[in-house]
Amino acid sequence: MADPLRQLHAAHELDDDPDGSGQRRFDELIATDSRIEPSDWMPAAYRKTLVRQISQHANSEIIGMQPEGNWITRAPSLKRKAILMAKVQDEAGHGLYLYSAAQTLGTDRDTMFENLITGKAKYSSIFNYTTPTWADMGSIGWLVDGAAICNQVPLCRASYGPYGRAMVRICKEESFHQRQGFEILLELMRGTPAQQQMAQESVNRWYAPALMMFGPPDADSPNSQQSMAWKIKRFSNDELRQRFVDMLVPQAEILGVTLPDPDLKWNEERGHYDFGELDWAEFTEVLAGRGPANAIRVSRRRTAHENGEWVRAAARAYADKQSADGQSADRQTNQAPAHEWMAS
Amino acid sequence: MSGHSNRAISTALTPESIRQTITETDAGADDAVARYALGLGDDALVLAQRLGEWVTNAPELEEDVALANIGLDLLGHARSLLTYAGSAWGQSEDDLAYFRDEAQFTNRQLFEQPNGDFAQTIARQLIASAYFIGLYRELSASADPLLAGIAAKALKEVDYHLDHSEQWLLRLGHGTAESHRRMQRGLDAMWVFVDELFTDDAIPGDEDAAPLAGIAVAPSSLRAGFDALVPRLITQAGLTVPTAPSARGGGRQGSHTEYLGPILAEMQVLARAHPGASW
Repeated sequence: MADPLRQLHAAHELDDDPDGSGQRRFDELIATDSRIEPSDWMPAAYRKTLVRQISQHANSEIIGMQPEGNWITRAPSLKRKAILMAKVQDEAGHGLYLYSAAQTLGTDRDTMFENLITGKAKYSSIFNYTTPTWADMGSIGWLVDGAAICNQVPLCRASYGPYGRAMVRICKEESFHQRQGFEILLELMRGTPAQQQMAQESVNRWYAPALMMFGPPDADSPNSQQSMAWKIKRFSNDELRQRFVDMLVPQAEILGVTLPDPDLKWNEERGHYDFGELDWAEFTEVLAGRGPANAIRVSRRRTAHENGEWVRAAARAYADKQSADGQSADRQTNQAPAHEWMAS
Repeated sequence: MSGHSNRAISTALTPESIRQTITETDAGADDAVARYALGLGDDALVLAQRLGEWVTNAPELEEDVALANIGLDLLGHARSLLTYAGSAWGQSEDDLAYFRDEAQFTNRQLFEQPNGDFAQTIARQLIASAYFIGLYRELSASADPLLAGIAAKALKEVDYHLDHSEQWLLRLGHGTAESHRRMQRGLDAMWVFVDELFTDDAIPGDEDAAPLAGIAVAPSSLRAGFDALVPRLITQAGLTVPTAPSARGGGRQGSHTEYLGPILAEMQVLARAHPGASW
């Protein structure tokens, strides 16, 4: 099929697929919209792309626990506290689930996690922003999880089976997350003037960064085309961004918040909302590590990991002792028939 | 409280359903029952708040999930108990959680103790869960159907919490020299708050406990069950049952260690900045 796939036939890939039958089968599965499973042959670059994308996604869930974790102890009602704790817990679960999906591609979890806490691996830049107010719990749910859903729903059909299946489950929970974010903002907008101001100020801060979550404009997104050919990605960055804006405008009207973009207006001809230029210089800056909280996010997780080393060491030591005991018990069991045989 | 229908038992599971049951049957808690429920609710709330502090700081992701999950269960118990307690005084769970001061909180002191290291958290949780199991088992037979319903639901959850603590107790006790030392230190630090859990201190302003016979569980009646279980678990983990003297206690009367104030300051700060607001 598509030429881009052929271009990826590096010499080392032909080593494990000498007669090209693996590649033919892979191309056929992709062409017929079937799923690639862990035991199937796949091009090395496809595998690498998936490991990068899935582990980045897992890392984003794990780092994404922090801006919301910031408000667990201060949530203004017990119901909100419970919902927030459950949400952050879901995110840890998503991280674990996605690590498992990535592990089916042959990269172990420890390596992926190590890359995260040493700052080598990427995660979604949005989580380098901070959450100074309670309304940010609403904005993260409504805007950040909303953008994530637009991105992730098509991933449920990603060509790699374990990833697509993980996304089905994750998307169900994400849609609950988005709804609770919307509810937080709705409650604030129906509340006191101070609460309304808190909500609007927060939306002002999160709107543009959320739109940038879809990645650079298509013209500047070199990897996108290949991912689309492989049916990992189904829609371009700009298509998804447009879909997101079209979804947000009517929801913002219900909330009564103003989206901070003077150029935002309905375009009858296109059947979509037009929106203003985004500040891609800021995006690049945050991506390069100069966001409000890049260093804090990574060091927080690294500190937790380092402080927990003695706990994990204890668990390993205990497991080793148990399996040593188990083995000696097995030996004794195995010896019994041998003795009988020798005796007979 | 005797006005509750049997249906109340099966629906007395969430704060929302409790609120609904109380409204429908017009049968809020009476004052003594409310003060009893408030003490239990404060225990669960303060411990849930402590466990919430672990989220994003746990030794591994699985423990972020587990500690949040335990905290979430306890928060659920707290919400049910505070909702029921508040029904006696026309107050909501949030009125009680966010607008009482330190001396009005009636949690026992174990629950406000700091997380410390992971071993101290496990020690606190082990003691708490073993105590909760005995308590909720007895309370699920309470003559008060709402308390019985809340307890029956909670019992299943605290049973799992004990299992979690027990597994870690074994791992830390038998794991490495360092984990053994830390686990023993955690137990020693938390053990001084054990006696208070089983003290039959009167509910403030209600020195005559008789009205709650058959409804409340006398803490002292739970001691034998705890003693038959926890010291055995500690010994199995290769650790020593602490013998340190007990702290003075008095949490049910509003006496607290210096740790409760900061917990409440953090928990209540936003709600108090916007009195009367809804979230």
